[in-house]
Amino acid sequence: MAEAQPPVRRRRGSQRRREIAGLLFVLPAMALVTVFFLIPLAMTVWMSFHDWPLMGTPEWIGVENYTKLWGDRRFWNAMEFTAWYSIVATLAIFGVAFPLALFVERPGRMAGIYRTAFFLPVVVGFGSASLLWAWFMNVDSGLFSPAAQLLGITEKPVNLMASTGTVFWSIMVLVVWKTAGFTMILLMTGLQSVPHDILEAAHIDGANRVQRFWKIKLPLMKRTLALALILSVAGSMLAFDQFYIISNGGPRNSTLTAVYWIFSQSFVSFKLGYGAALSMVLLAILVAISLVQLWLLRTREEAR
Amino acid sequence: MTARINPLGRAAYHMVGTVLAISFIAPLAWAFLSSLKPAAEARKPPLPPWPTSGMTVENYISLDGYGAGFWTHASNSLIVSVGTVLLTVVISVLAGYGFSRFRFPLKGLFFVLILSTIMIPFQSILTPLFLILSKVGLQNNLFGLILIYVTLQLPFSIFMMRNAFDAVPIEIEEAARVDGASVLTVLARVMMPLVAPGVISVAIFAFLAAWNEFLAALIFLTDQDSYTLPVLIVAVRSGRYGSIDWGAVQSGVTVMMIPCVILFLLLQRYYVRGLTAGAVK
Repeated sequence: MAEAQPPVRRRRGSQRRREIAGLLFVLPAMALVTVFFLIPLAMTVWMSFHDWPLMGTPEWIGVENYTKLWGDRRFWNAMEFTAWYSIVATLAIFGVAFPLALFVERPGRMAGIYRTAFFLPVVVGFGSASLLWAWFMNVDSGLFSPAAQLLGITEKPVNLMASTGTVFWSIMVLVVWKTAGFTMILLMTGLQSVPHDILEAAHIDGANRVQRFWKIKLPLMKRTLALALILSVAGSMLAFDQFYIISNGGPRNSTLTAVYWIFSQSFVSFKLGYGAALSMVLLAILVAISLVQLWLLRTREEAR
Repeated sequence: MTARINPLGRAAYHMVGTVLAISFIAPLAWAFLSSLKPAAEARKPPLPPWPTSGMTVENYISLDGYGAGFWTHASNSLIVSVGTVLLTVVISVLAGYGFSRFRFPLKGLFFVLILSTIMIPFQSILTPLFLILSKVGLQNNLFGLILIYVTLQLPFSIFMMRNAFDAVPIEIEEAARVDGASVLTVLARVMMPLVAPGVISVAIFAFLAAWNEFLAALIFLTDQDSYTLPVLIVAVRSGRYGSIDWGAVQSGVTVMMIPCVILFLLLQRYYVRGLTAGAVK
């Protein structure tokens, strides 16, 4: 009996040591996330109730930033533009990515090569891609205007930077080219995760290709669909690089996005408190979008 | 189903595929080919995209004339990207192992806290980040930028690594422990080779994110000498003395995209695996 005690104590000691080891393993990650994410997040809330200049002392002003924001036409115009852009971009990306996913879903070496080609623009940064487009859209040295003339679409050179419409649709082409491959891969994974025997059974029961797609594949890949949708909408709502680099928010501020407006309030005008209040609105909208989309697609899947 | 595809259908499939593949790659090829033109030719519309009056590296030389010289900015970008990769891998391997194999107080809360940061856009916490970096003297500093990039990579990377460790049978580890190996030895010698594919996925995502990131670099690097490539080339494109050197922009875009394309072509398998890790679950 007396001899049984030491091993038990040692085991307890080693259990405690493993607890401490586990904590130590996750400590660096927790430290970084705390200092560079959780504290800044709390500070954003705190700062949004202050008049916070770059130099000098911040002053508590209560909800004044929020009441000011309520009447900030520029901000709501930017929000409206961002929402419109996000809807169109998501539709366009899905419109291109779904056919592509069906196209490359099959096995085989060539399908793999096509997949790689369609995906390649994804790994090039949005910065590089936007610079590329800024060049293509230039009226004197670019590609789009001379190419349109060559193809007989227009007689005179077109300055694509001059109107909101041409800026918007040119950037839309960029965004679809740059991100369709990403959505394509996600959708392809969803398509491939549909069990083969179910499709086989439906085939034997006489369901044709179209029916198998709409009635079996689509409902069974709801989760992938939800994920791809959220990533596309959330990504578009945060658009900045392409509008900063290509159009500078122009012409006449008509392509200012939400992040662009927050950026210019915070880091050009240095109204840090006001920028924080704007950030809170954007943050709330994005979290809401994620929650609503998850909930919508989840319940519909369960209802089926 | 493959039996139904007739030769004619197959030919049509590959024709469509080839045309589509070319149009997706074309914009990248356009930049690369045009960057090899003489400066005067690079200013004209790129039809055809390839140089017609001989190949030169003139545009790359003029790119070197911007900012603090090409190599300064290229090495800034490399330092930030490689630093981000190394720190992200070390921290997420440690944390992934901790979350996968150990039991400790608040474990669930910590895991949820780290993962939930992925829901919150970092664009909304830029202002306080700017203040924190200034406070600790890391504003306008490449290391400060690295710390932010690493933090942004952590939710995805820790999720990846936790799953990678979860997939390793516990018996392998127990055998090593019985032989008297310490916790760190087990992790470094026994576990690391087994989770190597996960590590490669984490590394390639971290590299591409850091190499391409623009907004945070634009805000936190205020001194021209510390600009990373994206910030430098956007400055090139805003022009000097009212005119834009498009040849320099083309060579800049080419330099920025080549490492991404090569890395992706070499490590595609790991990249796509990382991408779909969350999608199927």
